[in-house]
Amino acid sequence: MSSLTLVQAINRGLAEAMRTDPDVVVLGEDVGTNGGVFRATEGLFKEFGAERVVDTPLSETGIIGSAIGLALYGLKPVAEIQFLDFIYPAFDQIVSEMAKMRYRSGGQFPCHVVVRTPYGGGIRGGIYHSQSTEAYFCHTAGLKVVVPSTPADAKGLLLTAIHDEDPVVFLEPKRIYRSVTGEVPDGDHRVPFGVARTVREGTDVSLFAYGAMVPAAEEAAAVLEKEGVSAELLDLRTLSPLDESAVIASVEKTGRAVIVHEAARFCGFGAELAALLAEKALYSLKAPVARVTGFDTPFPYALEQLYLPNTEKIVAAARAAVRAA
Amino acid sequence: MSESSGLVPLPYSPSEVEALLGEGGARTLLSAYRWMVLARTLDARMQALQRQGRVGFYGAATGQEAVNVAAGLLSAPEDWVFPGLREQLVALVRGHPLPTYVHHLFGDALDPALGRNMPCHPSARDVHYVSMSSVIGTQISQAVGVAQAMRLRRAAGVVLAFFGDGATSSNDFHAGLNFAGVLKVPVLFCCTNNQWAISVPVEHQSAVRQLSDKARAYGLLGHRVDGTDFVASYAALSGALGRLRDGAPPELLEFLLYRMTPHSSSDDPGRYQPPDWAERARRHDPVARLELWMSENGLLAAGVREELVSAAEASVRAAIEAAEATALPAESTLTEDIYAPRGPKLMGSGRGTETG
Amino acid sequence: MAESSVTPARAPPESVELPVPQVENALRTMVLARVLDERAIALQRQGRIGFYAPHSGQEAALVGSALALRPPDWVFPAYRELSVALVRGVPLQAIVDQLWGNVNDLSKGRQMPNHFAFRQVHFVSASSPIGTQITQAVGAAMGMQRRKESAVTIAYFGDGATSSNDFHAGLNFAGVFRTPTVFFCQNNQWAISLPRARQTQSTTLAEKAEAYGFAGVVVDGNDLRAVYSAVSDARRKAVEGGGPTLIEAQVYRLGPHSTSDDPHRYRSDREVEEARRGDPVHRVEEELRSCGALDQAGIDRIWEEARSRVAQAVTAAESAGSPPSASLFEDVFATLTPRLREESEAAGTLPPEEGRSR
Repeated sequence: MSSLTLVQAINRGLAEAMRTDPDVVVLGEDVGTNGGVFRATEGLFKEFGAERVVDTPLSETGIIGSAIGLALYGLKPVAEIQFLDFIYPAFDQIVSEMAKMRYRSGGQFPCHVVVRTPYGGGIRGGIYHSQSTEAYFCHTAGLKVVVPSTPADAKGLLLTAIHDEDPVVFLEPKRIYRSVTGEVPDGDHRVPFGVARTVREGTDVSLFAYGAMVPAAEEAAAVLEKEGVSAELLDLRTLSPLDESAVIASVEKTGRAVIVHEAARFCGFGAELAALLAEKALYSLKAPVARVTGFDTPFPYALEQLYLPNTEKIVAAARAAVRAA
Repeated sequence: MSESSGLVPLPYSPSEVEALLGEGGARTLLSAYRWMVLARTLDARMQALQRQGRVGFYGAATGQEAVNVAAGLLSAPEDWVFPGLREQLVALVRGHPLPTYVHHLFGDALDPALGRNMPCHPSARDVHYVSMSSVIGTQISQAVGVAQAMRLRRAAGVVLAFFGDGATSSNDFHAGLNFAGVLKVPVLFCCTNNQWAISVPVEHQSAVRQLSDKARAYGLLGHRVDGTDFVASYAALSGALGRLRDGAPPELLEFLLYRMTPHSSSDDPGRYQPPDWAERARRHDPVARLELWMSENGLLAAGVREELVSAAEASVRAAIEAAEATALPAESTLTEDIYAPRGPKLMGSGRGTETG
Repeated sequence: MAESSVTPARAPPESVELPVPQVENALRTMVLARVLDERAIALQRQGRIGFYAPHSGQEAALVGSALALRPPDWVFPAYRELSVALVRGVPLQAIVDQLWGNVNDLSKGRQMPNHFAFRQVHFVSASSPIGTQITQAVGAAMGMQRRKESAVTIAYFGDGATSSNDFHAGLNFAGVFRTPTVFFCQNNQWAISLPRARQTQSTTLAEKAEAYGFAGVVVDGNDLRAVYSAVSDARRKAVEGGGPTLIEAQVYRLGPHSTSDDPHRYRSDREVEEARRGDPVHRVEEELRSCGALDQAGIDRIWEEARSRVAQAVTAAESAGSPPSASLFEDVFATLTPRLREESEAAGTLPPEEGRSR
């Protein structure tokens, strides 16, 4: 065990994978000598050299396209896109190529690329360093979408992603890269996909969150406890595949659901969760499903704090749900 | 502004400068120098404020002043400018008020874009300085579109598209230059090659000998210019803009620069730049090079420099004070400007929110 | 225009010559491909297959380039490269099965006709978006560098693809990393309706390589030997560590872009007739005739044999059934997810075979 920040855990995960598997290659902008703009690849260049830690020209299309080629040839590329907001030049490669390669070739050409990218707000990054657009990727068949919220999960999910057989979009909550510290198992620690983490158990209301919203929801649960409301908190961890049974079981127990994400509300991931509850847990619900999300506006700069969901907004939604019935 | 030892001198005689800059060359130099002093002052002040946490981010243009001032002075009011991260000085020289720009840096209620973007991402409709993205290169194909519109409308004007060395790898560089070559529209591609895309040196950005050679792949002419030499930059821009205005095909100008600061306030170049980089960059300081030449050729009378510096400091200070005294944008502005406001909107009024 | 603007490739000093028996074999493949082309267009018109993208006029470029490759090389095709697959040993039947998307199609009927994938011969799954294979080919070449393989990747694409994002990114990456990649651009003069002259202002497509710091070569794509030699040279250079090459094979698209296209709307019959005089298949026939390797009867036999092989393959493909419904849910992921299993059951398909992909 080591006590690490989330970004350090990612760094350890990468190093672990590279040490144990010579096929693992890291590529992206500034990942080499600079160690990544967030230092996620710190030290890797020194340890593994320029052939395995590849500083690429400034082209997301090039990064993902060549990562796909590496994967088709049998290597295990881990591509870094500097910010999720910069991923769109490569959107074609991700949704039309990486996601569909296995299927369109009848299983002949699997394409196990991991795309790591920091996402989310709260760092005064303005429109282009803050967005949470996980729903685009969840909507695409063939992609797995992962969002850790703790250092241990960051490492464990990353190692699972690297050794998975399918392409994975690995979203890193950059806002809590350094603000969250935790014990992380050494070595080849893996956390399975499709299994939510119960952060705390409760009986009155279920909070569903992922990434940087998990600490906020945790705080909210603590506030609610003082008010006599017992909140259960699930960290979804993998959005696709989703741990549907954990979501349903929790609502069957509490009868109330508050869904939290930074992304805009309309067609956000919360809509899928709400639909799931409507389809499979409707008769357990005692109150309408509530969503605490970003607004349906572009991500702002000056008014960032107004935009972002926070503890108070989560508490208010949970209170309202409890009051409803 | 800085020490002159080891500076690479500007290699011109006074008559050569007169020939390159045209009549009144001396006046041009003085005006350019004044803008450079202002830019340098603003950069220094804002970097300090960023470190104090008073602004959130800053991308200095230190080292790029010569190109920016020349472009600002040579562009006509009807021209349009598509900037990268470091061309705010072009907007200022084109007449965008300094206080307005500083309001933008603070993201306050008087920022024309209402604090919606990070610092150094201004939108200045008044001087046709288009709103920029942090995503690299996207402005290049957009610039071609505006040039195409100018052609369709038979409007006067040309478009200047700025971008860095890293952007030559972007999708939009390729699409933009290819479209411009096929459509033959009046756009000037200005690549400010400061030799670093954050940590990636230009030699690793492309295997091409020099970036201006990329023009040929699109059937265009490309030229490399010493972008730390104001006279050379001015002459190259003047020539290229003149040819464009006469209907010649688009061109690519590569301005070779030396990035004198970190990429941004979030960057630590000590991790990746060679130890002698700072010194090499300093020897190519465009402001100091111009200042040295002007001093040696009697164009900078004693005390002028100090006067300009204190004038710049005063106007920067005043702008900062005004911005710090201004509130954040109203919370209600969060939901404005996502779509057109209801009711008629005046063409060219910039924001359309007044009626919304 | 292909005919007038073609610059024959200068034969480099150590240029590789194709021996006559190989040329004869090449002709068999070219004829087979031509016959399949003509038959497939007719089948599409009869509604028996859904779509077809012909390659007539490009046979010498395709077969000549493929002959210069070795088994460990990887091919990243666009959608006119079925003759490359034939040269690499893919049975005609497998190709025709793909055109039908039937139960024997190795890609399980998942794609439109012409979007082949043949893992056994390193022929990577083709896509419809233009150019995407180019960066992928560079990535696979980076993999070869990493594994220290003596092999190359070859990316096939057309003149239109030189405008794509992936052309720019792919060639730039290849230049920076000096990857063992052959960029094989078949300039067939038309990107659907857009003529080459309006695709880009550069004088040749080959010279675009200079923007990425490596060499570009123009070759007469109707000349089987010239193509073979240009690709052989590029391949040798690549495996020797000399980095990538862009080859522009100048050809002419004799047919429509695809069966959904009507080229009369944008080009003249006279232009096509003119181009037909350079027909690469007839050119090889002529060569073999004039050197005495084949007489007209021998050539006729090659055509007859091709017709009967294609007819047989078509009959077999047509009589094979569709892929099973349950296969709709396979290969989305390596293993079936609970959600897909649920959807599959709800759709009333047979429980899909759980398990690994091939």
